[in-house]
Amino acid sequence: MIRLEDVHKSFGKKPVLRGVSLTVEKGSSTVIIGGSGTGKSVTLKCVLGLIQPDSGRIFVDGAQAKGGDRTEFLSRFGMLFQGAALFDSLPVWQNVAFRLLRGPDALPRPQARDKAIEKLARVGLGPEVADLFPAELSGGMQKRVGLARAIAADPEIIFFDEPTTGLDPIMAGVINDLIREIVTEMGATTMTITHDMSSVRAIADRVAMLHDGIIRWEGDIREMDTTSDAYVQQFIHGRAEGPIAAVR
Amino acid sequence: MGAVESLLAGFGARVIATLAAIGRISIFAVRALLQLITPPFYGREIFNAFLSVGYYSLPVVGLTALFTGGALALQIYSGGARFNAEAVVPQIVAIGMVRELGPVLVGLMIAARVTSSIAAEIATMKVTEQIDALVTLSTKPMAYLVAPRVLAGLVMVPLLVGIGDIIGIMGGYLVGTGRLGFSETAYLSNTVDFLEMRDIVSSLAKGCAFGFIATLMGCYYGMGAGRGAQGVGRATKTSVVAAAVLILAANYVLTEAFFSA
Ligand SMILES: Nc1ncnc2c1ncn2[C@@H]1O[C@H](COP(=O)(O)OP(=O)(O)OP(=O)(O)O)[C@@H](O)[C@H]1O
Ligand SMILES: [Mg+2]
Repeated sequence: MIRLEDVHKSFGKKPVLRGVSLTVEKGSSTVIIGGSGTGKSVTLKCVLGLIQPDSGRIFVDGAQAKGGDRTEFLSRFGMLFQGAALFDSLPVWQNVAFRLLRGPDALPRPQARDKAIEKLARVGLGPEVADLFPAELSGGMQKRVGLARAIAADPEIIFFDEPTTGLDPIMAGVINDLIREIVTEMGATTMTITHDMSSVRAIADRVAMLHDGIIRWEGDIREMDTTSDAYVQQFIHGRAEGPIAAVR
Repeated sequence: MGAVESLLAGFGARVIATLAAIGRISIFAVRALLQLITPPFYGREIFNAFLSVGYYSLPVVGLTALFTGGALALQIYSGGARFNAEAVVPQIVAIGMVRELGPVLVGLMIAARVTSSIAAEIATMKVTEQIDALVTLSTKPMAYLVAPRVLAGLVMVPLLVGIGDIIGIMGGYLVGTGRLGFSETAYLSNTVDFLEMRDIVSSLAKGCAFGFIATLMGCYYGMGAGRGAQGVGRATKTSVVAAAVLILAANYVLTEAFFSA
């Protein structure tokens, strides 16, 4: 279970998070929606400790996540970055197998490579990409390699930052199914950021909408369409008119 | 506020910022050194760093040293002619190359070649979130990125300096024997007899220090890069300038330590 309590974060004078509180149950899939630049990525990075919140507390399974040595803590996490963030000095398979190749439980290279190719297959990439370098891939392919890397070590908690952005609709469907499968079959806890409403419907158990630095609305996916919250309604229907300003 | 006051305030702010930077760099240096003796050790990364800092710097170092040694021989010959001291060419070339020019020129070439590439690479990793990705994959950037490069600087740059010293002396020898009429055996024996252990030790020690400075500055400014392409550019430029200035300053301090009275 992940719990954020009143998390604040400003960059310089600009407040981004102004008291985010959110609970994500173990083994559930929470989707965070919200306008561009509202701090969705920042929220995930705060949980991972990549960004230090100015105030507020973050708990993972009841223990407060703190600074210092996070190697152990982070070994339970997988993260897909918005920009994929592949290591461009390493070929694709070594990116995917990065965690498998290192640390106390490191696999031998041939085995790690097999596992990487298996994970690549799950994101719709054939074994022929394994030896390419990230710069030789298209944006959508890089994103999927990032996804394969995030799930490679079968982590308990996985964050997906816009997993389907830049993918064609069919591939987006494959990825949505994959994320759903990871939650239902492997019991992972996931937080996904997406702008794609069909993804939201396919992935989410719960939906949280971030707006103006706080969780503006949170609820079950089945309540999303019927809620009277004007912000949510404007967002899910993509209307230009409404309480959310078009210029931000 | 008057013009003088604001000038002073601006100056004071610069001084404080510089002192803060020195403090941060010192802390970073200590952390990097501690990381050298703390597992995990990444063999492949260390090997790659040794290759790119050491092996691939050989051509630059060799050419720089060769031409400098040659030019030095010509200068000493024509300068020495003013007081009938042309004969000291081998000795002065040897001492000049080994004590000063070898380490300093190699250090500066490494700052140009290695510091810049380390800073640009790490800064690019920073702005494309690769460093964040590294952290989330339970890998410490200090251990994976910084320690191998700093180790390569500490080990490979003294070697490069040693090679540079020898090639520099060879440059002087080629000019001395080819153009200035020195006998081949006399030139070499004069060189060998004149050099002391202290000269060589100081040369290699300087190499160690400059290698540390060059790689450390690349890592430090790379890790601290701001956002975007501009952040990468700024990190690269600042790291090279800082490395060059610190190398020259450290050179003075080390020369004092080894040779003052
Ligand atoms: N390292 C940083 N330094 C300064 N400002 C930052 C930093 N990271 C994020 N921000 C700012 O915080 C705000 C929120 O950024 P964030 O990346 O979380 O947005 P987002 O909700 O993920 O948007 P998008 O949907 O476009 O990805 C932005 O205005 C951004 O400029
Ligand atoms: Mg984002």
